[in-house]
Amino acid sequence: MSWEVVIGLEVHVQLNTQSKIFCSCPTRYGAEPNLHTCPVCLALPGALPVLNAAAVDKAIAFGLAVGAEINRRSIFARKNYFYPDLPKGYQISQYEIPIVGRGQLLLTLADGTEKVVGITRAHLEEDAGKSLHEAFSAETGIDLNRAGTPLLEIVSEPDMRSPSEAVAYLKKLHALVRYLDISDGNMQEGSFRCDANVSLRRAGEPFGTRAEIKNLNSFRFLEKAIEYEMERQQDILESGGKVVQETRLFDANKGETRSMRSKEEANDYRYFPDPDLLPLVLEESHIETVRASLPELPDAKKQRFMEAYGLPAYDAGVLTSSRALADYYEVVAEGLDAKLAANWLMGDLLGALNRSGAEIESCPVPAGQMRKLLQRIQDETISGKIAKEVFDVLFEQGADVDDIIERKGLRQITDPAAIARLIDEVLAKNPGQVADYRAGKDKLFGFFVGQAMKASQGKANPEQLNRILRERLDQPS
Amino acid sequence: MELHDHGLADLRRLLQKKEISAVELTTHFLQRIRSVDPQLRSFITLNGENALVQAHRADRQRADGSTQALLGLPIAHKDIFSTRGLRTTCGSRMLENYIPPFDATVVERLEQAGTVLLGKLNMDEFAMGSSNETSHYGAVRNPWDTRMVPGGSSGGSAAAVAARLVPAATGTDTGGSIRQPAAFCGITGLKPTYGRVSRYGMIAFASSLDQAGPMARSAEDCALLMDAMAGHDPRDSTSHPQAAGQFSAALDRPVRGLRIGVAEEFFADGLDSQIAEQVRAAIAQLESLGARIVPVHLPHNAVAVSAYYVLAPAEASSNLARFDGVRYGHRSQHADNLQELYQQSRFEGFGAEVRRRILIGSYVLSAGYYDAYYLKAQKVRSLIREDFRRAFAEVDLIVGPTTPTPAFALDAKTEDPVSMYLADIYTIAVNLAGIPALNLPCGFTREGLPIGMQLMGNYFADELLLAVGHAYQQATSWHLQRPDLAEVQG
Repeated sequence: MSWEVVIGLEVHVQLNTQSKIFCSCPTRYGAEPNLHTCPVCLALPGALPVLNAAAVDKAIAFGLAVGAEINRRSIFARKNYFYPDLPKGYQISQYEIPIVGRGQLLLTLADGTEKVVGITRAHLEEDAGKSLHEAFSAETGIDLNRAGTPLLEIVSEPDMRSPSEAVAYLKKLHALVRYLDISDGNMQEGSFRCDANVSLRRAGEPFGTRAEIKNLNSFRFLEKAIEYEMERQQDILESGGKVVQETRLFDANKGETRSMRSKEEANDYRYFPDPDLLPLVLEESHIETVRASLPELPDAKKQRFMEAYGLPAYDAGVLTSSRALADYYEVVAEGLDAKLAANWLMGDLLGALNRSGAEIESCPVPAGQMRKLLQRIQDETISGKIAKEVFDVLFEQGADVDDIIERKGLRQITDPAAIARLIDEVLAKNPGQVADYRAGKDKLFGFFVGQAMKASQGKANPEQLNRILRERLDQPS
Repeated sequence: MELHDHGLADLRRLLQKKEISAVELTTHFLQRIRSVDPQLRSFITLNGENALVQAHRADRQRADGSTQALLGLPIAHKDIFSTRGLRTTCGSRMLENYIPPFDATVVERLEQAGTVLLGKLNMDEFAMGSSNETSHYGAVRNPWDTRMVPGGSSGGSAAAVAARLVPAATGTDTGGSIRQPAAFCGITGLKPTYGRVSRYGMIAFASSLDQAGPMARSAEDCALLMDAMAGHDPRDSTSHPQAAGQFSAALDRPVRGLRIGVAEEFFADGLDSQIAEQVRAAIAQLESLGARIVPVHLPHNAVAVSAYYVLAPAEASSNLARFDGVRYGHRSQHADNLQELYQQSRFEGFGAEVRRRILIGSYVLSAGYYDAYYLKAQKVRSLIREDFRRAFAEVDLIVGPTTPTPAFALDAKTEDPVSMYLADIYTIAVNLAGIPALNLPCGFTREGLPIGMQLMGNYFADELLLAVGHAYQQATSWHLQRPDLAEVQG
């Protein structure tokens, strides 16, 4: 009987508020160390926290988007531990009563099936600063710019049963927070970080002992770390050993996890309600105001794309995987052949972006140009094949679609006389093949199309070319 | 009568009539501090030069027609309030060299009212103590008898006001730290309703209990300070939106018709008989002013000290975690790694009483003990609140002794923390409930030590407390008595 993996994820999402969660320092990334600090986030004696209302609204937006209950009264608590980049000696977090209660996320897996993953809770907390080891020999530098940045920690149920399900969950969550505009989701800068709880069991048996893997800042690392952990735990279990409950760190360079601390070494955080902050009480009307301001969410958008554009589920899923891509598509497809637009975006555009490592947000081809390109196909200025050539130029160098078509002389030849001339030349050059064709070798038709298209440098209108060629070949010489 | 014998309100009138200048006043008090304080040690840091700059400015502003409420009046702050550019030690070695880059709201508000800051006053380390003996900067002496403690933790404030080194001072009260030293030193001190005075910039001991308040010669003087100190502060989330008040304006409210509760729980075993006698006499005095005396019950007062010594250390253990030797404060030179840096810096920087309370607090919050201690103490806290709620349905004020004994001798209780903790047996319930309470001098022991009575009021009854205190002081002269202190060459 084989092993079943059980996975739950804890995701820390940095909320994209202008200022920190308990003071008015900016949250901008990349400033000179300790520039964005004040008595509050430096934890000077006597400084007190004041909750940022924008962070609260972003947490509410998330809760509403996953269908969760929003707790009308939640409590900030202190999580006590010493660390040099934790200025107060405690982190302000939410412990017993978080702002967001139970919710769920609907995943579409690679094989097209759907799966619901439960969300246990989501709570507001502050980020710590950073310890800098590189620039100092035998010393540690402390940068507190990040200290006090608002985080939403989203905890899932242990509902995932494979690394790919975990990745699908994380991607869906990532898309969602960006849809909601509550986080920039930048994984390199640490705005979206993931810890994974992984255990093995025989199907149907109770959950096994889990290991918590920290520091998973990419989808690929998440997949690799779980795969590694599955093998490690399987080896232990099959050799008669026991998995130890512990925290493990993923080493991206070696592709392995290693022990950080065991359960016995775990801190006793001595949580208690923070007496500096009153309970967070939310009026129903306020929650409704946030609900009214929610954007269209991915699942609803996908449904609309299927209905309004007549797209298949797969296409609608891909195109709504990010809000930016969906918005891009809607600009391009407006009034045009929706399926043509979908094919171009999913194939050519995403392919090119993928090859260049760019995101749709930084796409070098503006949606308006992409739209114009497809218009030129539809109005037969250029053929689909030539359009790919124009697209390459557009992607690499920019400029206007019509300018490229003109400059490169790519306009489609639609003059029947001109096409007939091209065909006559081809036929004249290949009398033998003409004779064979007329003797019944139908397959040669394609040969003539190719030759004529080549002679037009690909610009001949394909339908016209076909029609005239057939006329010429079929008429007795 | 010398200049320093006037209270704040008197000096204000003299300044307003331009009979004295702020510079004269400041110079006089600085001189008096230099000559008298060496035997008391009530100041940790003097703000001499800067105080004169402020006084000159005040005189100029008055000449320009400024009518700021407290313009030119010298005060001093307990060394728990952050003062921009002026060392703030909190009575600890940990902060021996700490100079805050910002002002506490209380400091800011009193400065905006025109006060001149003479210096920073001694206190028990991190406000943890009832005798001022835990200060790293030396024990403060009681001006009425320098062999005695002044009480704590605002012992420096109480001693300095009693010794006429400053007409008024700020203090903070977590379990009695304004009222108990006020009682021991024979001055008037108000612990306001929790949330009326901002805690921003006040170094936290136990955040849910800490409250800043005025310490002065009279209720009238305290009201003057409260007019400036109280008010909503958006930087303190526990500050009440309606914190501001008209304290001086409410002073003339009559006592007649008020229902004053007396809780026999406050007159039980352990109360010094002379205190009992004097406080009962004071109650009779209030009755003669027209108050109606009504018996009330505060059945859970007996367990207040126990609950307090769970909750206050719990909050303190977390509040004091920021003193880690990393960013500011004492950093040990004997540490080879991070763990040692924390351990040594905190061991060297904190005194024994602070370390004891951090230990207690960490213990009661630990996994497995939280429910038995912290949660249970919170339940007791609710019961105490309920006691007061029930009592204040029947009466306007409750009166009793402030302390079970008069000032005790230095070193008498330092070896026995529990006996020291019991010095706050009558004051602690007030902090747990968050209600206001006022100490009023109401007599002396045969040995010449001051006796204080405590008036407790319902939430936001601060104005009423001061009005009753004012009426009592109009009818009595206990608050006008002054200790006999020799001036020495400082």
